[in-house]
Amino acid sequence: MTYARRSWIVLWKDLLSERRSKETLNALFFFALLLLFLFQFALGADRERLTAAMPGLLWLGFILSGLVGLGRAFLAERENDCWEGLLLAPGDKSAIYLGKVAGNLVLMLFVEAVLLVLFAVFFDVDLGAHPLRLTVVIGLGTLGFAAVGTLFAAMTAHVRAREVLFPVLLLPVQVPLLLGAVEATEAVLLGEPLGAVGHWLGLLAAADAIYLTVGILTFDAILEA
Amino acid sequence: MALHPPIRVIGLRKAFGAHVVLDDVSLEVRPGEAVALVGPNGAGKTTLLRILATLLRPSRGMARVAGYDCAREAERVRAHVGLLAHGAWVYEDLTPVENLRFWATLGGLPHGRDALSGALAAVELDRVADERVRTFSLGMKRRLALARVVLARPSVLLLDEPHAGLDQRAGKWLDAHLGGFKAAGGAILMTTHSFGRGLGVADRIAILAAGRLALDAPLGGLTPDDVRRLYEASVEDGV
Repeated sequence: MTYARRSWIVLWKDLLSERRSKETLNALFFFALLLLFLFQFALGADRERLTAAMPGLLWLGFILSGLVGLGRAFLAERENDCWEGLLLAPGDKSAIYLGKVAGNLVLMLFVEAVLLVLFAVFFDVDLGAHPLRLTVVIGLGTLGFAAVGTLFAAMTAHVRAREVLFPVLLLPVQVPLLLGAVEATEAVLLGEPLGAVGHWLGLLAAADAIYLTVGILTFDAILEA
Repeated sequence: MALHPPIRVIGLRKAFGAHVVLDDVSLEVRPGEAVALVGPNGAGKTTLLRILATLLRPSRGMARVAGYDCAREAERVRAHVGLLAHGAWVYEDLTPVENLRFWATLGGLPHGRDALSGALAAVELDRVADERVRTFSLGMKRRLALARVVLARPSVLLLDEPHAGLDQRAGKWLDAHLGGFKAAGGAILMTTHSFGRGLGVADRIAILAAGRLALDAPLGGLTPDDVRRLYEASVEDGV
């Protein structure tokens, strides 16, 4: 119970701070708009190319906006040395990690929902034909992204070149997630049932479990480092 | 636990690569005692506090708080220590009440509205309890940090320049609070650059110079001028 309460208070703090400052959300929103304009220019009005590229574009949008959001995940902790307070807090530090992951996950899912709507409007495509299937795929992909992204954001929080190092470290680790997510998204957009992409969903779920477990086991050491 | 002094440091050395910050430092703080740690910039005062707070590991020697080893029993040490560091540990977009609720919940402390309001009232921030910290002055953030320490009720206080940024009124409140803390058997180790207000609550003075303890003496009836002369002599000898 105490563990869950400690995770919850970190999530509560992050969401409340973001709701008031809107710093990350505003940055992500304009970044997403910029991406959509770029995609629009790159692909033009060719519907066939657009349909083929849509799953990749979607996830490119999610990953790039996620990088911006996750890169700021520990900004508040660096301000006023709050990091030290987290380090000295008694108890299992993985509760803090899970709270941060949950906060990042909520933020990313919100931005992704906005991106989906913007994609549908900008490219005049129907992304809502199978909302439940799409939600499962996006949810699994984003959970893994948030889990490993939060961990790497913590690792690079005190590194001078963190803006460069963070994506360089994170993107290669994301390859299995990205592969599974894009393939599963493509199948869902083509109207295939989830059962047909069970192996990709299995890959996503396994990656989520591994990333979360690694995060839970190593976050204490990362805070102390 | 009464057998163990709240703070005991023996032969402590801390080096960052080839740069030795603390060398063979030994110090003890007894229950109900406040020790003022003074020394020029870079003398190792903050490093010593950070080792005792378990934020840094010593290179050699022993540092114990409440009988627990700071390097090997960090979790137990943290349960006894209240640290007031340079950073105030406040989240700018939360209110003081929300900040205290966050740290209290994370630390497993009482976090009901009454407990939080009481801590804020103690540092006279209760009137701005629901305003965002972003609008606060440095001194107000410092007082909020003190409220966090008050809430935790530690047995050992490690204070890094506790009077910095505080106005006269807040400084007096701090001295009164530290006096009460000592009277209840608490131990205080604090760094200061001020020979006036900073030494007001101290029973002993420990002077660090070039990483070594140059002097450890009771303040007794020494005036600030006496202390300044001692300090200058110790620092010259130490360098």
